[in-house]
Parts: sequence; structure tokens; C-alpha cells
Amino acid sequence: MQAETTGRRNAVPTVRGRRQHQYWLLDLYGSAIGKKAVMAVTGIVLLGFVFAHMTGNLKVYYNDDGESLNHYSEWLRDVGEPVVPHEGLLWAVRGVLAVSLLLHVHAATTLTLLNRKARPVAYKGGRKYAAADYAARTMRWSGIIVAAFLVFHLLDLTAGRANPDFVSGQPYQNLVASFEREPVAAAYIVANLLLGMHIYHGAWSLFQSLGLNHPRFNRWRRGFAALFAAAIVVGNVSIPIAVLTGVLD
Amino acid sequence: MRLTLKVWRQKGPSDEGRFETYDVPDANEHMSFLEMLDVVNENLLAGNRDPIAFDHDCREGICGMCGIVIDGRPHGPKKNTTTCQLHMRNFKDGDVITVEPWRANAFPVVKDLVVNRSAFDRIIEAGGYVSAATGSAPEANSLPVPKADADLAMDAAACIGCGACVAACPNGAAQLFTSAKVGHLGLLPQGQAERWSRVVAMVERMEEFFGSCTNYGECEQACPKGISINFIARMNREYLKAKFKDSRKLDRGTLGDA
Amino acid sequence: MKLESRAPTGPLAEKWSNHRFNVKLVAPQNRRKFDIIVVGTGLAGASAAATLGEAGYNVKSFCFQDSPRRAHSIAAQGGINAAKNYRNDGDSVHRLFYDTIKGGDYRAREANVHRLAEISVQIIDQCVAQGVPFAREYSGLLDNRSFGGAQVSRTFYARGQTGQQLELGAYQALARQVEAGTVDLYARHEMLELVINEGRAAGIVVRDLVTGEVTSHSAHAVVLATGGYTNVFFLSTGAKGCNATAIWRAHRKGALFANPCYTQIHPTCIPVSGDYQSKLTLMSESLRNDGRIWVPRNPDDRRNPGAIPEAERDYYLERIYPSFANLVPRDVASRAAKRMVDAGFGVGELKNGVYLDFGTAIGRLGRATIEARYGNLFDMYANITGEDPYVVPMRIYPAPHYTMGGLWVDYNLMSNVPGLYVIGEANFSDHGANRLGASALMQGLADGYFVLPATISEYLAGQLGQPAPDPGGAAFKEAESAVRERVGKLLGIRGSRSADWFHRKLGRTLWEHCGMGRNAEGLKAALAEIGALREEFWNDLRVLGDGDSLNQSLEKAGRVADFMELGELLCQDALHREESCGGHFREEHQTPDGEALRDDENFAYVAAWEFKGEGKPAELHKEELEFEYVHPSQRSYK
Repeated sequence: MQAETTGRRNAVPTVRGRRQHQYWLLDLYGSAIGKKAVMAVTGIVLLGFVFAHMTGNLKVYYNDDGESLNHYSEWLRDVGEPVVPHEGLLWAVRGVLAVSLLLHVHAATTLTLLNRKARPVAYKGGRKYAAADYAARTMRWSGIIVAAFLVFHLLDLTAGRANPDFVSGQPYQNLVASFEREPVAAAYIVANLLLGMHIYHGAWSLFQSLGLNHPRFNRWRRGFAALFAAAIVVGNVSIPIAVLTGVLD
Repeated sequence: MRLTLKVWRQKGPSDEGRFETYDVPDANEHMSFLEMLDVVNENLLAGNRDPIAFDHDCREGICGMCGIVIDGRPHGPKKNTTTCQLHMRNFKDGDVITVEPWRANAFPVVKDLVVNRSAFDRIIEAGGYVSAATGSAPEANSLPVPKADADLAMDAAACIGCGACVAACPNGAAQLFTSAKVGHLGLLPQGQAERWSRVVAMVERMEEFFGSCTNYGECEQACPKGISINFIARMNREYLKAKFKDSRKLDRGTLGDA
Repeated sequence: MKLESRAPTGPLAEKWSNHRFNVKLVAPQNRRKFDIIVVGTGLAGASAAATLGEAGYNVKSFCFQDSPRRAHSIAAQGGINAAKNYRNDGDSVHRLFYDTIKGGDYRAREANVHRLAEISVQIIDQCVAQGVPFAREYSGLLDNRSFGGAQVSRTFYARGQTGQQLELGAYQALARQVEAGTVDLYARHEMLELVINEGRAAGIVVRDLVTGEVTSHSAHAVVLATGGYTNVFFLSTGAKGCNATAIWRAHRKGALFANPCYTQIHPTCIPVSGDYQSKLTLMSESLRNDGRIWVPRNPDDRRNPGAIPEAERDYYLERIYPSFANLVPRDVASRAAKRMVDAGFGVGELKNGVYLDFGTAIGRLGRATIEARYGNLFDMYANITGEDPYVVPMRIYPAPHYTMGGLWVDYNLMSNVPGLYVIGEANFSDHGANRLGASALMQGLADGYFVLPATISEYLAGQLGQPAPDPGGAAFKEAESAVRERVGKLLGIRGSRSADWFHRKLGRTLWEHCGMGRNAEGLKAALAEIGALREEFWNDLRVLGDGDSLNQSLEKAGRVADFMELGELLCQDALHREESCGGHFREEHQTPDGEALRDDENFAYVAAWEFKGEGKPAELHKEELEFEYVHPSQRSYK
């Protein structure tokens, strides 16, 4: 009876097979909703990092030839000693960030591929959007560009490979030297604007994905995302502008 | 008023399909969009040309059978309306109107503007019900339901299953449809016994056919009943919570002796 | 032919429980040996298929729509009656029984109606348990509203979408059985023939509407739950797909068609706006609580309604029926509107409606109150007509809405063809000559959830040990080729007119002569017109395309062909019934004030018609109605 039943029903094309249940964490990640939750949680980790990174870097404005920033940078390496080895916590955090980023990208990629399968044909007569703003529709692209920029950014200011004037342990001087190259400053500004857009949708979207939904607080979610995105963009972009305009040198 | 229609014509699932252009010289502002198509079809038939196939039934906005993409929007330019309740006064003389079927992998085109939406039935079959055997029900008033919960459940239950949410979603996701049923039943005390197993079963069935939600919110705008994406958030939460429950709570048994 | 109602004997209130005890049963382990076909997935069909599947039978469920959830039960707005007496206002099973019998103008079987009233309370329990979100009070307990034809508040509702919620409840119950494998679902399949083998219903022939494939399905019993035939009028509140093909095919195979002339006209629908009109939209009857109905005193008055002074308005319902005024029953309000429009007093561009004016109510209660009460209805009206009913009075006119007639069934809901059951609006059983508001949903669910599952075993028990007929057998082959031949015939005419053209014409003839008011002369004219139209149909129909794929014109043509024949029977029945009762108003039979005049002496029977061939008059069989508990009286609403 069962087989016949299935055969009789209108056949519907699928985008994936019926799930085989496995270890619950993998099981959770195996579902699209689970993946979105992982994107939300890793997104929160990355938002936390971006925010801390931005506020930490505002130490450039102490106008002390970078002494505060360089100290802060040193502190990041020493913190936790002697309980943890030198740079131990820093690497731990880097590890968490790297895993978060990888998961975020992996989930985004697999979901994008799934969604392409689910909507293989576009509207031939074009379509009009009623709700999805530019930021939402370009998450994929803003994400990819920001990721590419991240690679350069690490090579430029962390490893120093992309910065001929790089001196280890002198982040303030490295930063100024780097941003005095106008194309680098411009790329930095563009990447941060895209990051802001990414955050504008992402920081709202994560509430939906995790089901953090409450009639009393729902209307704050958009505002939170906008404010968060604006803070990151203003904080970060101010630095290359300050360098270019000579406020910092 | 005079209109030009660009209508998607496709002989069958394997046909490639193309737009054909029709002149509508005598549309009237009181007509519904489907009545306008009726007139076009009468004229096509009179000219020995195959009429346009489109799904429709009640023509009063409740059965969910009609649904076409008009000028790039499911059910057309007017908000909270089904195609059958869209009247021609929403267009103006000389307009060129593009008409296409729902597009999603799970909704293959049957012919012209007709698509197969059985995937929705499959989702409901997976768990969109309270397993109350006929005759076993307790007295109706034995279990009070707070009015606020009943009202919210009704907001979700208003879904007509037309598929506009999927049609509007750039990912071909059916989150709004599924979450409306999960929300409706999950809000009521009668739905509690199967609350966790239901959401898992329905979500996993949904994911066999449909894409994932990227929180665009297009579905909510296209929904003729204005069902809120808050129900999607609610479903996400319920699903995630369910995944952290004792697996015995997710067991759905054999569901009868097939 | 002797029609046996098989209504049990004994006191009224004990008939149903006695009957259930006396019915033969099929033991749970034997149920899977029986195949049952259920055609239609509205309230009756979906609830029956779900319940039979749950009980353990092998069920096949068919619907012509793309999903079982679309059936037109979904469009019912008002509510569902049940004798719960939650308002403590004197309601009881007996009162619901009494109101239904009286509302039906004493043309229904007492035993059936009492059973319906008894079961009404179980329906609410069942639906609540399924999660139907009925309206609640702040206490969390169920809310009720009142409805026409009753002095108690017993209607349960879910906003203006009660039908939708009950339909979805039944659909979900069905979906559960589909998942469990007890019900096999065939969407986009249309039943085109009933198969009779050795005098019993043996199965059906269906056409897959997507592929055009014609196949046979056999079963121990066939259940038709295919709704009413109100679309015979073309313009009605029915869905476009509603059709009588299933019951008409069964009728042609010997099932008697009972009381076809009992059709209900709903008084408050939006008038036709042009020749392209494809259906009529109902506006809830509740509007008459606050709206005042009028027409201008001068038939040539083309002024804006707002510019017509009070003295030049004729509030005709208030004038003619001072005690009930705008709240007279459906049939009375409908006929009065027709009289006004026929006499040239109609309003609107086409002079085809009457005003339903909220000006007085808005003045008295304020716009906010009216908006709270009827906001969604006003929005719907504005959307359809483009007029703002807060400013300009609504225009309304009656429209065909429901058909009380249908295939004849006995107390077990079995037709005169053994093994053929008919439930819901498709049968004739419970509403007599007129149905009360909020009773259609009640009957559909009573039949599907409770009556049929309890009575079908009486027949099946006798079939134990016999396999279902072979769907490859001669009777099936013959029916299949008849279907193919008919499809070929419809495609082969290659005439010049569309099926819709014929349907519109048929509808106009019936509405004119067999609508709200009927007389012998008109009915005879209609019979002649329909006969000629049927001829023309088979000579001048144009259906393009082929029968091997989705072909909506072909589907439509087959349904219209059956409507033509049904239209003739409708007129024949209306012509023979020389009395006025409920939805059937013979102009020759009215009181001096224009009210319906029943003839209990000569017409207190069910008219069950036997098919005698295309174009030939059907043969009448009578089931006499006996009233033991309610004594027929003349209605008066003055």
C-alpha cells in the first residue's frame, strides 16, 4: 500500500533526499534552519570581534604617536600570562574566529547552492522586490568581497607581507604607513561600507534565524542592526580618512 | 481600456515556453484579472487558438487555487490580494502587463500558468495536524484557549496555501507556508502533545523540496492574507528547541496501521 | 420502485442510538479487506475519507482540484450551528431539530434532521480537538453568534472564515491518513462515470486532468461527496469548478435525483457588473442587521443616492414587513428585491440591484462602530466595486447559493443503488426545501465524520469475503470506453461556440424561469429553450486541443453537457411541484400578500426522479414524508 501510495501521488522534484538521522549536532547542521542558526551564532561571534576590533583601534586617536595602540596590541599578546602561554589567548581567539568564519562561509555557500537548486529558473519577465532591500539582496557579494579584503587586511597589517614598511610590534606606524597609500585606504573604505551593509542585514536577520522574536522587542531589531552597522562603518572608516587628511601621522 | 498582455505560454513540463503577446482592446475596470483572462480566452478560442491555461476556482480569494506573477509580483501590484480579487482598475489604459507562472523547482509548470503545488500537501502530510481520531474528542469547552493565543493562531491559520510566498522568494523557500501551520497548531493547547515532533517532521519534509530562508521578507509582502514573518522566527525557534529535546519527544511512531 | 427511507422506528430522540446498535459492524481486523472510494474532498468528503481511513478501511480519495484543501466548503463565511446551549438561552437538540425542520418548510425527514441536531455537538468537540481556531471569549471559552431563522445564539465561527478552518481541519485529518498510508490521494482527477456491476456500485472511471489518462478504480462501496449543483445557473456563489458531473453520471446510471427544484438564493450578493461576469460574491447576511434596504420611488431617478431625499426613497422591506423589516428570511428578502428590480426600480449603472444603506446606522452608531462590525466586508465590497460603502450605499442583489436537492439517500445515506453513498450537499437529505444559515457546514461534517462511518458497515458486512470487483472487468471496460467516446465527441464537434457561451445561456434561461420565482408557462418555455440549447451544444461546441493533456475547455464542456440535462430535470421538478415551499416559489401558489403557499395535502413528499434517457422526461417516485413530532404550519414574517 505504501509504495503504491507514493507512486500515485503527483511526483514533486526534490532538492535533497530524505534525511538519515545522525549525531544530533551534525543532524542540526544538516538542516537548512540549523545552518542558518549556525550562521547567526557565528555571525554574533564575528560581530563581537568586529566591534571589539573597531573600539580597540579607536586608540589611534589618543594622539600619542601610537603609544596606546601599541600598548594595547602588546597587551593582547600578554593577557592571561602566566596561566596561559604568551599569545595563548590571542591564538585561542583567533582559532574561534577562524572556525566561526569558516562555518559562516561554509553554511552560506551550501545554502546558496541549495537555493539555486530550489529556484533554478528566474522570472523571465523580470521581478519586482517589495521588501528585500539592496543590502539583503547583495549579502552574497558583500560577504565575498569583505572576505577577500580580509585576506589582504591580514597580509597588510597582521603579517605585513603586503606592506613594505611593516615593522612587527608597531601597529600604529604600520597602519599609518599603509593608509598613506591612497588605493589601500580606498579599498579599506569600500570594504568597510560593504561590511556595514552586510551587518545591516545580518544583525537583523540573526534574530529571525534564531527565532529571537518577541512582539515587545521586534521593532528594536532593525534599529539595533542599523546602529550597529553605522557604528562599525563610522569607527573604522574614520581611521583611513584621518590618515589621508593628516589628522594622524 | 486597452491593454497589451505578455503571457507565458508553455505546452507542457518539457516544453521550453515563451511569451506571447495579446492585444486586449476591451478590458473594463470592473473586471477581475481572471475575468479579463476569460475574455482573452474567448477571443483566442474564436480565433482557433489554444486558450491560456490558468488555475482558479472560488474567485473570492479563499481557495488558494489561483496565482500568477503579474508584472514581476505574485498576485500582482495590489497588496494582500489574490489574483482573482485583483481588479482591472488597478491598471491603466495602455499598460503592458507581463504574466508568468509561479517559478520554483518544487512547483513545476504543468501548462502555461498552471503549476503543480503538491509539495505543499506533502508538508502538511508530514505533520500539519493534531492527531485527534474522530470520536475521541473531549468536550469542546473543557480546555480554555486564551483569546490572544486563539487570535494569533487564527492569523496563521488564515493561510490559503496559494504558494505566493514561494513564488516571491528568491530562494524558492516555503518557510512562510510551513511556519503558518506550525504556528497555528503550536499556539493552541490542543497542538501541544505533538508540538516538537511536528515542527521537526514538517521542517524536514519542507527542506526536501524547498530552499532556505534568507530573511528577505518578500513572502510576507506577497501573502494575500498578510501572514507575518514573525511566524518564521517562531518556527525557527521551535525547530532549534526541538533539536535539543529528548529524542523520545520527537518520535512520531508509525501513524496508524498502514 | 418503492423508496424505503429505512428511518428507524421508536421515539425520535432514540432513533439514532438504537440504529447504531442495530447496524451490522465490520470488525477492525476485517476493515482492511474493504476498499472504499470517496469522490470529493470538501467537508463531507475529506472528513469521511479521513475517518474511514482511520477506522482501517482502504480508502481512495479523488478531487478535481490540485489539492484536496481547495474544495468550495472553504469559502463558507458565517459559521456552524451546534446545540451546545453555551449561551444558556434555551437551546437544545430538540430546538435545533425543530428550527431546521421549520426552516426547511416541512420538506425534510424528521429522523435525519434529529440525528443531525444530535451530532452537531460532537462536531464542535471534534473540530476543537483538531485545532480549529474558533473564536473565543476572554475567558478562553468558545464564543457564539446568532444567525437567521433562530432565536438562540448557537453559531460557532472563526472570523469570517469558518468554512476555511473546518475544511482545513478535515483536510489535515485526511493528510494524516495519506501519510499513514490508509488513504490514497488522487488530486486533479475527475470522476466521469460510475460503474455498476451486478446491480451494485462497483467503482468509478476517472480522467487524470493532467495527462488525460482514463482509468478505472474498483471498490466495495463508492461515496459521492461532490457538492451541489448551484453552478447550473452559471452565475452563482459557487466556485468556478463546482459541478454536478459526478452525481449526474450516477443519476444516469440509476441513482434517483431528489427535489432538484429546491435551490437557495442568497439575498445579499454584489450585483453583476457586466457580460464578462464570471461569478457572484456573497456579502455576509449579517449586514442586514444594520443596513436599510431601499430603492428610489421614481424608477427613472438617476441621481446619486445621497442626493435622493428621504421622502423619495422606498424602504420597501420596512414598508411591507413592518415587524421583521430588513431581517426577513433569505427567500422573502430575495423575492422582494427581484420584484423591485423587475418593476424597473433597480439601481446602479445596469439597474440590477437595490441599495443597502448604512447611512442611518453610521449616523446613529458612528463610523468606528460600523467599521468594527463590518470592516472586512466593507473592504471586500470596495475592492470589488471600487465604491466606498461608508459614503455610497452598497448595491446588492440575490444570487444562487446552495442546492437543497441532490441524490436521494436513505437514512444510512445510501442511494437506491446498493453500495453508492451520497453525503454532504450532494445528497438531498436534511434541509428540506430551504437551508438555514450555518447549517451546511454542520451537515457536511455530520455526514462525513459521524454518520457515514457508522452506517456504511451495514452494507459492507454483507460483502465480507468477497474481493472488490476486477477493475479490468467488462463493466469497467464498457464505462471506460463510454468516457473516451464522450471525450472524443466533445473534441470532435469543432463548432463555433465555447462551453462558457452555452453555460451562460443555460444559466440565463434558468435564472429567468426557474430562479427566484417560477410559473408553469415560464418553466415550459425554459424546457423548450434548454432542449434546443442542448441540441445546439452537441452541434456547435468548440473545444480546441486534445484529450491527452491539461485541457480546461474540455473539462468545462463535459460539465456543461451534464448541467444542460440537469437543468431540464430542475425545470421538470419545478413544474410538477404545484406549491410554493422554501426555495421553490411558484407564482401561481402564493397568499394574497405574496407569501409562499404550501400544499401539504398533495406535496408533502420527496420527489425522486429516475433517469429515462437524454431528452426524455424523468420518472417520478415519491417518498411520503410523515411528521410525527412537528406539525407543519404556515410561515409569516409580517
